Amino acid sequence: MKLLYLTFGLFLFFKAFSLHQNKPLEESIAEGAEIYQDFCVQCHLDSGEGVAGVFPPLAGSDYLLKNINLSIKGVKYGLNGPIEVNGEAYDGIMQNQWLEEEEIADVMNYVLNNWGNSSKEIITAQRVSQIQK
Amino acid sequence: MKINLYVIFFTLVMSFSSCISQENPPLIETPDQTKYETETIIDGIEVPWGMSFLSERELLVTEKKGILYRVTNGNKTEVSGLPEIYKRGQGGLLDVAVHPNYKSNSLIYMTLSSHIEGDKGGNTSLYQAKLNLNTLENIKLLYKAKPNTTKGQHWGSRIIFDDNGHLFFSVGDRGNRDENPQDLMRDGGKIYRLNLDGSIPSDNPFINTDGAKKAVFSYGHRNPQGMTVHPKTGEIWENEHGPKGGDEINIIRKGKNYGWPVITYGINYSGTPITEERSRPGMEQPFYYWVPSIAPSGMAFSSSKVYKKWKGDLFVGSLKFKYLERLVIKKRKVVKREKILNEIGRIRNVKEGPDGYLYIGVEGKGILKIIQK
Repeated sequence: MKLLYLTFGLFLFFKAFSLHQNKPLEESIAEGAEIYQDFCVQCHLDSGEGVAGVFPPLAGSDYLLKNINLSIKGVKYGLNGPIEVNGEAYDGIMQNQWLEEEEIADVMNYVLNNWGNSSKEIITAQRVSQIQK
Repeated sequence: MKINLYVIFFTLVMSFSSCISQENPPLIETPDQTKYETETIIDGIEVPWGMSFLSERELLVTEKKGILYRVTNGNKTEVSGLPEIYKRGQGGLLDVAVHPNYKSNSLIYMTLSSHIEGDKGGNTSLYQAKLNLNTLENIKLLYKAKPNTTKGQHWGSRIIFDDNGHLFFSVGDRGNRDENPQDLMRDGGKIYRLNLDGSIPSDNPFINTDGAKKAVFSYGHRNPQGMTVHPKTGEIWENEHGPKGGDEINIIRKGKNYGWPVITYGINYSGTPITEERSRPGMEQPFYYWVPSIAPSGMAFSSSKVYKKWKGDLFVGSLKFKYLERLVIKKRKVVKREKILNEIGRIRNVKEGPDGYLYIGVEGKGILKIIQK
């Protein structure tokens, strides 16, 4: 009996712990939408369409969807220099917005699951913390 | 009959859509770009937000991410002793301005985003410091906008001086357009006027208004990132980022309300309207507004004779379209607009140097001097 309580207790503990670590995707996306409106929309625009040749699109972006870590790195540290997105060349600067790791995870989840984008991966603050310059 | 209705409907839709996407006149022209060239004064700066000349040969340049450079003969040296900067979104180390009597007192001013104390987040603050070679000393906080917020947008900021011993600086609406710009009791969305020592002039417009921020000179602004003094009239000219299609040039007058967000020519980034109101009694109309938005940053009049035919013209940087805009003004009206240095890069700042040449800050490059061939 004691063992049962202990097991159940441990289960609750880890359940709570993991919930704390990874908030539900819908919640992360909703919070990411606010971050997007605050920090990203000026350049990438409301439907993630960007401006051809100036600000790369996020909607249907091969750069984003093929290498998520590279995009996290760009958001975390800023991005500078030539890149190619959907066959179009871009050579601008995306400034570091100094977002917190959880905010970066949220905005990534929003961008990865919006405007027709979909991703099987759920980005967490922990994953963001592991991305190095 | 049915077809005719379609035709009428189609024509109406087309005329409506062409109407909303129409460029505000005069339409911009692109003259021969080979008539001008640039000389690099300093390179290797990501976001050269502010610049101010110490002399004909030396200038200070701010790098947004938090570096102040002293630039001498093509070399840049980091100035140490900066106040702590709260880095967030569009914030960072913003403008720098050398005191009008710098030669005798070595004082400079800076605006930057700071946390200092209080709630989470930050807001724009104005500092004064003494520049001793490459070190800042006697740092004084002259103004700190409140309250702090974690919002990333609209910190402003520019610093200028009039000829009557005043300093003006701007703070954007800090991403809170519904509360800040129209409320005199709150900071943000304002242009402020101080004496050079940071005290509040006794003839400031809201000095006797209960609860008002006494340093406010004008209000109802969104995000002013260009300010300059008209070389002839001494008026304060300002440009500010509007929402989509509502960037403005304003002539700043004491105590006036420039309307944001009650009146605007712009719409939300999403395309939804903010308001249908373009004007209202008691609110100022812009001197000029840009549709589509160019994302204006920095502005300067050319007052010297070093350029052919440019004397009296206004120059504004476009972050969005990466050119320098020349606006020819006749009888208080913009009569001609031109793209100068097309595709040069995101222009963050424009200044007329003590030698009469125009200098621009270009993102990813640095400071360039404009030369007419």
